[in-house]
Amino acid sequence: MTVVEKILARAAGQASVKVGDVVEPQVDLAMSHENAALVINQFLEVFQGTGRPAKVWDPARIAIIFDHRVPAESPKTATNQKKIRGFVAEHGITKFHDIRGDVGGICHQILPEYGYVRPGFVVLGTDSHTTSHGALGAFSFGVGATEMASAWSLGIAVNIEVPATIKVVVKGEFPAMVGPKDLILHLIGKLTAQGANYKVLEFHGETIRKMSTSGRIAICNMSVEAGATSGIVPGDEETVRYLREEAGVVDAITCVTPDPDAQYIQTVEIDVSALAPQIACPHMVDHVKPIDQVLGTKIQQIVIGSCTNGRLDDLADAAAILRGKKVAEGTRMLVFPASSKIFAQALDKGYIHDFMRAGAVVMNSGCGPCLGVHEGALGDHEVALSTTNRNFKGRMGNPTGEVYLCSPVVAAASAITGVITDPRKGA
Amino acid sequence: MAKVIITLGNDISTDDIYPGRFMATVLPTETPQFAFFDRTEFNAKLKAKAFPPGSIIVGGENFGCGSSREQACSTLKGHEVAVVAKSISRIFLQNSINLGLQVVICPGLEASEGDELEITTDRVLNKTTGKAFEQVQLPAARKGIMDAGGLIPYTRARLLATNA
Repeated sequence: MTVVEKILARAAGQASVKVGDVVEPQVDLAMSHENAALVINQFLEVFQGTGRPAKVWDPARIAIIFDHRVPAESPKTATNQKKIRGFVAEHGITKFHDIRGDVGGICHQILPEYGYVRPGFVVLGTDSHTTSHGALGAFSFGVGATEMASAWSLGIAVNIEVPATIKVVVKGEFPAMVGPKDLILHLIGKLTAQGANYKVLEFHGETIRKMSTSGRIAICNMSVEAGATSGIVPGDEETVRYLREEAGVVDAITCVTPDPDAQYIQTVEIDVSALAPQIACPHMVDHVKPIDQVLGTKIQQIVIGSCTNGRLDDLADAAAILRGKKVAEGTRMLVFPASSKIFAQALDKGYIHDFMRAGAVVMNSGCGPCLGVHEGALGDHEVALSTTNRNFKGRMGNPTGEVYLCSPVVAAASAITGVITDPRKGA
Repeated sequence: MAKVIITLGNDISTDDIYPGRFMATVLPTETPQFAFFDRTEFNAKLKAKAFPPGSIIVGGENFGCGSSREQACSTLKGHEVAVVAKSISRIFLQNSINLGLQVVICPGLEASEGDELEITTDRVLNKTTGKAFEQVQLPAARKGIMDAGGLIPYTRARLLATNA
């Protein structure tokens, strides 16, 4: 069995499962953000007329993290958040991260950071980038609010079809200024935006083994941009190291690895040793080109951050390029650390000062401009270069705007020049 | 038989169908106003309601890609339209079934605005051109949910079947 088949078999209480089987796994963690407001509506509707009190199956297995609109940008959002706080208190939900400068952050960063996700877990999240948690060897996937309401009620994911798995084998050493973000953009370009639809991407190879959990989160995060149900890195020494050293997990951690005779629907091999920085061009994430083809494109807004590339190593790489330099006139740069903890670490290490002295605006942790709700909307026909994960038309709040996606080092080098710039050639 | 009121290309994202900036609106009674908000002509057409229930939006490959936001389904369901697309992204398909938005997967479909389509259980007939196209059946795993009329009544029934 593949990793996901093994996880689903365990969670469904079966000896084995195969592709296409319908299973009902126990949910280990059910995550939502502000869209919990809708989940609550649907949840209450499930119980309507049943004569039973509306009670979540296990308050300890529900995580709610405010990140999409923090602090609230409108009375409507603030009222939704208020309603969720009330529900959290009423139901005793403990994994709740409110808008705070100490324990706040983006859901896909908070879950790993606080050790809420473990290898072998089944994780549901009302956010498509829930695929991120595959970085820790969990089967994690995005669902809608009604599906989450069902999970809150029953504690299982109903009628899950065991997905087929694509094996992605990555070898070679990354050249300087090339990293996990370039790998995942390259892979999405190769597979196309629906190439992995309904399937799981299981990552293997020496490059993945050597990759930090931060890099693994970036590649699993964007697996959904190829349509994948989930991306997953089988748990290994790095997974255990991260959970012990960075997330402070003390109890037993059991990694799940695929059987030697696991069946894959397809195998994709990638050698990163000659990979160039990659750019996803407007308006599709699979519209990927090597940087040479878009050099010199004028940029009005640079964004570094988000659940994809707002971690400490991302900020360190970008700060190193910006140190002592200035963001170009006519270009504005926004930095969004992925969590309060990362923000504090970046402050301690001086990265935040590097950004500020360069002229960047450092914002609180949150989803900010990535989804075009508030903080960093584009003006008409403006162009953004961003380390986030989506560049659909209108993504940064303006349908006439254009969004290019890249790695933190490309974003930093381009901030200095105001045009898309190859960080390998110096800014 | 129903008329095609809108035709769309490939990779129509949930941002296209329901822009992120309206996500604080959650009530299904309020979401329909924002359907295809940035595609102003489509938004106006839907709001004008000058079409009978069951009228069809035709999509290409990978319809509904992107976010898990359920508003992308409730906004279309609120207009009582059906979606026929060449392929549909996983979360959007699941959300549609859960909410009872009629979706049909029809890989070879050729249809233009104004065409009359007849949807049967296994194919889509374009009455205007006379061509018929095979459907891909929706996931059998979800049949119970469809039969129950959506995931809420399905879950309610499952809940009542368990010991209190």
